[in-house]
Amino acid sequence: MSLSATTAPPSPAAPPSPDLPSRQRRGRLLNHLDVKYSPYLYIAPFFLIFGAFGLYPMVRTAWMSLHDWDMIGEHSFIGFDNYTRLFSDEYFWNALVNTFGIFALSTIPQLLLALFLANLLNRTFLRAKTFFRMAIFMPNVVSVAAVAIVFGMLFQREFGLFNWLLGLVGVDPVDWDGQRWSSWFAISSMVNWRWTGYNTLILLAGMQAIPKDLYEAAEIDGAGPWRQFWQITLPMLKPTFTFVVILSTIGGMQLFTEPLLFANGNILGGSQREFQTLAMYMYEMGISNLNTAGYGAAVAWAIFMIIVVVSLFNFLLVRRSAK
Amino acid sequence: MISASQRLWRTSPLTYVALVLAALLSIYPFYYMLVIGSRSLDSINDVPPPLTPGNAFGDNFGRVLDNDAANFLTGMMNSIIVSSVVTLSVVLTGSLAGFAFAKLRFRGSNALLLAIIVTMMIPTQMGLIPLWGMMQDLRWYDTLYAVTVPFLVSAFGVFMMRQYASQAISDELIEAGRVDGASTFRIYWSIVLPALRPAAGVLGLLTFMETWNSFIWPYAILTPENPTLQVSLSFLSYAYYTDYSQVFAATAIGTIPLVIVFLVFGRQIIGGIMEGAVKS
Repeated sequence: MSLSATTAPPSPAAPPSPDLPSRQRRGRLLNHLDVKYSPYLYIAPFFLIFGAFGLYPMVRTAWMSLHDWDMIGEHSFIGFDNYTRLFSDEYFWNALVNTFGIFALSTIPQLLLALFLANLLNRTFLRAKTFFRMAIFMPNVVSVAAVAIVFGMLFQREFGLFNWLLGLVGVDPVDWDGQRWSSWFAISSMVNWRWTGYNTLILLAGMQAIPKDLYEAAEIDGAGPWRQFWQITLPMLKPTFTFVVILSTIGGMQLFTEPLLFANGNILGGSQREFQTLAMYMYEMGISNLNTAGYGAAVAWAIFMIIVVVSLFNFLLVRRSAK
Repeated sequence: MISASQRLWRTSPLTYVALVLAALLSIYPFYYMLVIGSRSLDSINDVPPPLTPGNAFGDNFGRVLDNDAANFLTGMMNSIIVSSVVTLSVVLTGSLAGFAFAKLRFRGSNALLLAIIVTMMIPTQMGLIPLWGMMQDLRWYDTLYAVTVPFLVSAFGVFMMRQYASQAISDELIEAGRVDGASTFRIYWSIVLPALRPAAGVLGLLTFMETWNSFIWPYAILTPENPTLQVSLSFLSYAYYTDYSQVFAATAIGTIPLVIVFLVFGRQIIGGIMEGAVKS
């Protein structure tokens, strides 16, 4: 029995089952399709959703800006009229000046302070490093809305902490949201408080990437801390610093929540538009007033252009000055 | 004798003074939120201003809950739903696309990745006005779809996951999966996703914080009847701007969840931000 079994020729009646090759073929085909095309499936969600809700609205903003566009009814093509209108629109210029004023008051002290703090945190033998890093970054965790509400109270005219402190040194109470410079100052302080720590961490990361032996060599050559900071840290930090400057530019040009809440929700930004920013003006024209949506879209594109120009200008400035 | 490097990197007491001062300034407004939020309404206008917490937090928060203009609980619920859904989706779609860009070969992948990086530089506010119109057409005005769906994917998420995947996952590991006959999706699910966990954690935390705190779009598209937490806070502060103890109790409650998340995961979050900065 066992003999016959071992000597029996392979039974001709049992050829490889007929569906096996086709299954194998199908398997190989599926595998081929999987390797070749499935990557597109994996990146598809990003492109579909971003295309529909990110890219398309942006292109449509451009299209709308060439029209006299009413969100509820009519729209007629008017070419670049919305853009030429910007030049003679005093509210637009007012918003532009406000935005740049607040931008300067927040970005410059903020970056200097961040540079200073990052330099302190970059000490090798610093104790409680993690504690300091976390504490300084904490403000970025709170929502802008909460920051604006808390600072709004601190800057209150009658009972605010800042006016009380000023009173201690004999200065009259300031009507913080009643004048241009004071409202700019108040809004900038919210931005500074919220973003200094974030920028400190980014700059610190850049500093830690600088090779330590550069400093040791400089030390041996007799260069003091200041010289090392100017001649090693700053030049080597240039790429990171540029990154931070551009990030602040994009944020600063789009400032919206702080001034809006500082004005208790008034989109005009104070009774005389003392602190209406470009983003608020865009919102006023494009969303608060539905019948001027086309003009609001032109403001949106103007903001974008301004961001590009200012970023480019800052980029060149940083590159040149840190040479 | 101390070496040059030790002399160079030692820390003077003045450094600590400056850092402690910076830390105090950073933390003070949180404390101030608790001080005002726990004081009775008439004591907050005292001169000098109150500097220590009171015991009226419960009362103040009770007034928040009774305040029909703000719909605080609805806002809290909505924020939890929206932030969770967005976070989950950004991490999943980001890791899937990041895996594809880092480890799979397909035609046009470089150009597509470049397109994603470019979109990271365009401010999202640019599309706000037409997006508002689109939501009207879709009948999504004042619904959670409007504040969720557009944010289900993130260019930054894709980019960050790609960076991490290309260094954390070896090609051999993927090859081994293929030899065992696993499909690409299976390789993603059982090999890649677990390996991406640290980066996914940081991305998830950052996304959650950002979504929880986003303001301008929810403010534009939601009504006070159906707000997110931030929108609710803003309406609370407009309508009752004299009742600061109520507003601050609400602000504190709305901030505490994030502060707790940050205290628990702060190390990772900070690590993620600093790493992202060096690589970009």
